[in-house]
Amino acid sequence: MSTVPLETVAADAVPAIEGRAPLRLAMDRLRRDRVAIACAVVILLLVVTALAAPLIAHLTGHDPTTQYRDTGLTPAGLPVGPNRQFWFGTDNLGRDVFIRVVYGTRISLLVGVVSTVLAIVAGVVVGVTAGYFQGAVDTVLARFMDVVLSLPFLLFAIALVAVAGPSIVVSVCVIAFFSFAAVGRIVRGQTLSIREREYIEAARSLGASDLRIMAVDVVPNLIAPVIVYTTLLIPTAIVFEATLSFLGMGVVPPTPTWGNMLSDSLQYYQVAWWFILFPGLALLITTLAFNLLGDSVRDALDPSTFTSASVKSRS
Amino acid sequence: MTDNEVLLQAIDVVKHFAVRRRGPHVRAVDGVSLTVHSGETVGLVGETGCGKSTLARCIARLYELSSGRVVFEGRDITRLSRRRLAPVRRNLQMIFQDPYGSLNPRRRVGSIIGDPLAIHDVADGRDRRRRVQELMELVGLNPEHYNRYPAEFSGGQRQRIGVARAVALRPRLIVCDEPVSALDVSIQAQIINLLDDLKDQLGIAYVFISHDLSVVRHVSDRVAVMYLGQIVETAAAEDLYARPRHPYTVALLSATPVADPDLADRRTPILLTGDVPSPVDPPSGCRFHPRCPKARERCRIEAPALESRTPGEDTHLTACHFPVHDPAELMAS
Repeated sequence: MSTVPLETVAADAVPAIEGRAPLRLAMDRLRRDRVAIACAVVILLLVVTALAAPLIAHLTGHDPTTQYRDTGLTPAGLPVGPNRQFWFGTDNLGRDVFIRVVYGTRISLLVGVVSTVLAIVAGVVVGVTAGYFQGAVDTVLARFMDVVLSLPFLLFAIALVAVAGPSIVVSVCVIAFFSFAAVGRIVRGQTLSIREREYIEAARSLGASDLRIMAVDVVPNLIAPVIVYTTLLIPTAIVFEATLSFLGMGVVPPTPTWGNMLSDSLQYYQVAWWFILFPGLALLITTLAFNLLGDSVRDALDPSTFTSASVKSRS
Repeated sequence: MTDNEVLLQAIDVVKHFAVRRRGPHVRAVDGVSLTVHSGETVGLVGETGCGKSTLARCIARLYELSSGRVVFEGRDITRLSRRRLAPVRRNLQMIFQDPYGSLNPRRRVGSIIGDPLAIHDVADGRDRRRRVQELMELVGLNPEHYNRYPAEFSGGQRQRIGVARAVALRPRLIVCDEPVSALDVSIQAQIINLLDDLKDQLGIAYVFISHDLSVVRHVSDRVAVMYLGQIVETAAAEDLYARPRHPYTVALLSATPVADPDLADRRTPILLTGDVPSPVDPPSGCRFHPRCPKARERCRIEAPALESRTPGEDTHLTACHFPVHDPAELMAS
């Protein structure tokens, strides 16, 4: 690394020297990863699809909840297969599967992202607090997370929905609640090791408060595992939401979601393969894209040592 | 340059660590008293594991003391809460051993050096940036590297960052915990000279911890030798190196490598036998007696006090019943 002699350059003529942040190095590695690029493109398309759903509906002239009984059902009242009017065919009520899958993207991404963000925030706060303070605080919080992890989530979700009634908000909260503990446990472990580093001691010797140490010195060092966890939690949450909807405990019909479409299609899969295929495919592609991207991100952030801490799919 | 004002007094400091919840304790520091005057450098030497770093952290109040007191600027800071301690820290800073571990790898250097200024609300915004860059210049770093990360610096440069952070608030005392042990010899000299310059410019007092006797000799006004959690000998630096009284000090000095081969040939190092006993269960009486070539019955029973052993030498204190007056007598035995 060459250093510029001080006298030769006027202070204000010096271009700002930007350090190569560890995260930027990771980004460079990620950019060379073809799988990651492909996944990112897929995810981008999904986001565009979700945002442009009304536009797509407008262009095809079909609405996600309208029942096209004249054109969308056979004279016997069965779903119509893919054709020029209904690209992905229709469902048992004569609704356009294509438009419903497109609209389902919105719910899936929304629930996936929002519940993941909630879970990450809660997990980081709880995990850092437990790991940093140790002692009684740690015991209480860590045992609480263990309890959450040991709860059978579906039974719990059924009970909760029975009380609160099914809705998107309840879904998001349930998913976040059952995901945060896994994050919290990882973060707690990392915090336990970070707090023994000498720079934490240095901060303490400077007179920094606990809150400052946690915010300035601990949390930035959690960025790598948290980013990895985020990309792996989103597909889990999407599957989670689909599961809830599938069981009739998520988003209320007639709002289309991949989960309730799959649920409806079960009785018709023998006569209408398209009805079960397209929402299932959408779910598969979405979760695959996020998961593969998560793997790539993990590799990029720490190419040598970070071992797979994959989020176990809980559905 | 040493005036007589007492800056720091450690009085009978004891720090024990519990190995398990019940059962024996590691007696890392076991009754150490130390005085530092303002503008003075006190060297602290001893083998690995003798409690030097623990003592440093007790003085800097990073550890809670098991017993004893720390008085800084005439104020007992032993039991101060973290909040009450914060203003004290403006004058009491620390430099750490590991230039890699003591800097947060995720933060830019400017932010690290600016930390004390931010924590104590001294300066912010452009003002902080300007002061940080002044500090970088003061310790010999290029101020343009303000936005770099610690990983982009060499070990010596990183230690300069640690020094800049410690002097940012112009403290009166810096506790240096083996500040150069992790560095190459040529870099060690640079850092030591830097610390020396800062002492002259800013009138800082140091507690300088090292296991390297020649480094300590170079920087210190006074030196204390530690063995198994206790100070066995303390004296003015030149006095201690010229006339060591404690057999342990004599042995330590004789083990120091000498650059001149002719001189080295003429010296016989005193080889201590055995290992350092465990601080969990230190020997009775004088802690050095199982390894001491001069040990007698009395040493096994009675712990020697740290006091003047030679009339007229009231600054040279030795914790030994049978202090050495001629190093040759040790070599013979």
